[in-house]
Amino acid sequence: MQALNRKMLRDVWHIRAQVLALALVIASGVAVLVMSLSTIDALGETARAYYERYRFAHVFARVERAPELLRERVERLPGVQAVATRVIETASLEIEGFDEPVIGQLVSLPARRNTGLNRLALRLGRLPEPGAVDEVVLSEPFADAHGLGLRDRLRAIINGRWRELIVVGIALSPEYVYTIGPGTLIPDNQRFGIAWMGSAPLEAAFDLEGAFNDISVGLMHGASPETVIEALDDMLEPYGGHGAYARADQQSHWFLMNEINQLRTMSLILPVTFLAVAAFLTNVLLGRMLTVERAEIGLMKAFGYQDSAIGWHYLKFAMVIAAVGILLGWLAGYAFGKSSTEVYANFFRFPFLLYQPGPRVFLIAALASLAAALLGAVASVRKAVRLPPAEAMRPPAPPLFRRTGVAITRWLDQPTRILLRQVSRWPGRSFVTSLGIGMAVAVLVSSLHWLDAVDQLADVYFEQAQRQDLTVSFGSAQDLAVEGSLARLPGVISTEPMRSVATRMRHGALEERQMLMGVPARQALLRVHDAQMGPLELPPGGLVMSTQLADMLQARIGDIVQVEVLEGRRPTLRLPVVSLFETYIGAPAYMEIGALNQALGDGGALTSVHLRIDPLAQDELYAALRETPLISAVMSRSAALRGFHDTLADTILIFISFFVVFACALAVGVTYNAARIALAERGWELATLEVLGYSHAEISYLLLGEIALLTLLALPLGCAAGYLLALVWHGAFVTELFRVPFAILARTYGLSIMITLAATLLAALLVRRRLDHLDLVAVLKTRE
Amino acid sequence: MTTTSDNSTLRAQGLTKVYGTGDAAVHALRGVDLALSSGELVVLLGPSGCGKSTLLNILGGLDTATAGEAWFRDHELTAMEHAQLTRYRRDHVGFVFQFYNLMPSLTALENVALVTEIAKAPMATEEALRLVGLGERLHHFPAQLSGGEQQRVAIARAIAKRPELLLCDEPTGALDSKTGLLVLEAIERIHAELGTTTVLITHNAIIAEMTDRVLVMGDGVITEERRNARRRPARELYW
Ligand SMILES: Nc1ncnc2c1ncn2[C@@H]1O[C@H](COP(=O)(O)OP(=O)(O)OP(=O)(O)O)[C@@H](O)[C@H]1O
Ligand SMILES: [Mg+2]
Repeated sequence: MQALNRKMLRDVWHIRAQVLALALVIASGVAVLVMSLSTIDALGETARAYYERYRFAHVFARVERAPELLRERVERLPGVQAVATRVIETASLEIEGFDEPVIGQLVSLPARRNTGLNRLALRLGRLPEPGAVDEVVLSEPFADAHGLGLRDRLRAIINGRWRELIVVGIALSPEYVYTIGPGTLIPDNQRFGIAWMGSAPLEAAFDLEGAFNDISVGLMHGASPETVIEALDDMLEPYGGHGAYARADQQSHWFLMNEINQLRTMSLILPVTFLAVAAFLTNVLLGRMLTVERAEIGLMKAFGYQDSAIGWHYLKFAMVIAAVGILLGWLAGYAFGKSSTEVYANFFRFPFLLYQPGPRVFLIAALASLAAALLGAVASVRKAVRLPPAEAMRPPAPPLFRRTGVAITRWLDQPTRILLRQVSRWPGRSFVTSLGIGMAVAVLVSSLHWLDAVDQLADVYFEQAQRQDLTVSFGSAQDLAVEGSLARLPGVISTEPMRSVATRMRHGALEERQMLMGVPARQALLRVHDAQMGPLELPPGGLVMSTQLADMLQARIGDIVQVEVLEGRRPTLRLPVVSLFETYIGAPAYMEIGALNQALGDGGALTSVHLRIDPLAQDELYAALRETPLISAVMSRSAALRGFHDTLADTILIFISFFVVFACALAVGVTYNAARIALAERGWELATLEVLGYSHAEISYLLLGEIALLTLLALPLGCAAGYLLALVWHGAFVTELFRVPFAILARTYGLSIMITLAATLLAALLVRRRLDHLDLVAVLKTRE
Repeated sequence: MTTTSDNSTLRAQGLTKVYGTGDAAVHALRGVDLALSSGELVVLLGPSGCGKSTLLNILGGLDTATAGEAWFRDHELTAMEHAQLTRYRRDHVGFVFQFYNLMPSLTALENVALVTEIAKAPMATEEALRLVGLGERLHHFPAQLSGGEQQRVAIARAIAKRPELLLCDEPTGALDSKTGLLVLEAIERIHAELGTTTVLITHNAIIAEMTDRVLVMGDGVITEERRNARRRPARELYW
């Protein structure tokens, strides 16, 4: 066995370039697996540690105004470990050098500094002094977006009064890992930010002395949030409670989990794709290597080696290749995982990152790819081992070529004829090489198509469905007259009201917390827009529901949904689902605004107004809006679109570039191996051609022409496979937040083809260089 | 030193070939002097390992010498670059090897066409095959031909370009005597009809009787030059 082992190591060394190329393919699979698994672990671990260290609460509720005394009663609820009561209000902020309206969410801090629930992770500076009325701590993304630092000043209109604030600290909070303004889905850190202040000035400013309007509850280990939520709802009911909800429904946490789930899907589908390709290629390449090794197999058998020993020998060969791939994949996966976690950490804001992938991740990746490589090797090894020794020692039976398509081939020169006959003589093998290259194209198409899909999403969601320039939202329901006064502001071209209320929708045993939005029957600005059919006109009564929400509630048209309003008089409405529409983001539900207001019966008419504005009068309008009281948010559609591109699209782009790297490794690995094996099998023929006076360029044509031909066949094949792969990925990527439309543009196919061609060319050039070292004389000494 | 006025096609002076370096160095050629006149048929005899193939390969532009000079007409082979050697082989030299070296994926006719397609003034491919006595079986693949037939296709391929030089390295080495004779007859006929300068390597002293001049090699040098009083036609040979 010693000699055999030495032989194997020498063989591996001899064809090290090929081993490396195949290892590269295996490494791609391992790297994707390690990258995704370790990123999931890191995000999960980081979030868990963050939540624990900074005591992120478990149950949350908003209330109009509840007396501080209530707090003790909540503390006595079974399962409750800690309670924090706060004042949370919005204020219009004015920041030097930024003319657009900025909304700050003011959050009160407990009197005893940084104790209790939802503690701040202070990044810079300190917390406000007890009793200081003008000191604030800003959230880091907001401070970063405006370049604000310690001792910088900003002005705020707090409940109608101008107040000058001083930044004394910059912080992060487990509550705001993902910070978005009310009614938005995409972070806009320039126009919305969190500011923490002492509780005394806030209570005073909003007439909430001895009271609170926000409560968070920390639970004991193992306590169920449902019972606490029920009890809390009952207690807060008389004080205008908005319905308590668990951490799972907390905005920031929900987004984070949504992303981790999406990553989990990716960590399953992508590596499986890569590993399947790797297994397949191992089979092909090992099969072709073994064909070259026939004589040696025969010899070993003649010497009396047992089949099992020989089989084991070649399996070890596969394992060595897999080991190289696994090692490379581990390294690449670790590096990619780390940087992808950093990308996420930039997107979600954590004060620290725990990227410590455990051995489990590496072990899973190693076992999966080892299994894939062995699975790929077994078939070809079995075939080689079965060969009777005498037959094995003879060169493979001379291929009997057939002359086909005489009419077509008449004008072909001889090298082309050789090339075509090679391909048609081993159609299976040629197909397999094509398929390998095609896989690279497929992986590229399916990765790059996300860009098209995201563009399509942005177009439908931000351009077709939304026509407003600004949306002005209020903290509470306003009179219809408010729309009129906004319409009279400078630069406002047209307005449209919207009423949104927090609800809990129930259908059968299923329930979802969801905003119900009232809009005019025919909308000109914010349109109820079906992805396929375009804008919808709302019928006078009943719910118009996104298909996503309908799915979550398992409701169909005609079903009655129980809508429990969580604000004001808290009526419970029974509304029929009257029509469905498909949208790409969120799971909204609409109703005709008049009908909604009537059902709510609280005299309120709207909570936001959409505006179309004259860009020339923009600055004047912004100044006027800043002076308008009660505004809780001013959102700009173009800023949201920019934010969408800056955050989501960028995250996707980073992942795509990882996959482009993997796909290139795949393409280079496949072509290089195919060409090298062709060179090994065909060395004798190529040398003969050289003896006959063919130049290297002409000989390259014979060798690389085949690769070129197979690549050409691979391109349409790969595009088709890419389409299917994209379809599969797509189905798996649907989350509660996003349903990215399925779109593949011609440019994506084009780009995938170009990248694959470049990778193939690189491999071909590498092999072409080997041609120059062809030993003519040696080749003539032996017969094959 | 070397003039171009004589009628020699191929000349060599002090041709030396060393494989490897240091202790492992093998001196395959130790200063070979040689001149072949135009249209000559020469047999190269010698024990195994004495350097015959090495010499032929250098003369045919397949290998390069370590020292010494080799000339084809007024071109110095030993001074040529890789591309020039390719050109030289393509335009002037026909090779025949022991193992035929046919392309398995091409028919007999197409194997010959492989050369006529890139040669300057080739003969018709059928013509070349007829010259070696293969009027039929033109459309068979090598795997469907006997060894002798394959070797004759190889000869047809070598001479189809009307080379000035035909170099044969043990063309009968893999054949039985009867088939070998058919191959030798083909070579002889081509030499007679086309007047190609021909070098034929063999182990077989009997084959040497078919030429005027026999060169005997031993340990890297030409040790003996014989002239046959009478040339025996190939069909009269027997071993
Ligand atoms: N690539 C090589 N490396 C080292 N030594 C070599 C190489 N090729 C040939 N030799 C040596 O050079 C010498 C001459 O070899 P060559 O092939 O010319 O002999 P030959 O006369 O043709 O023998 P045979 O009749 O057996 O074919 C031999 O000793 C051989 O071992
Ligand atoms: Mg020899």
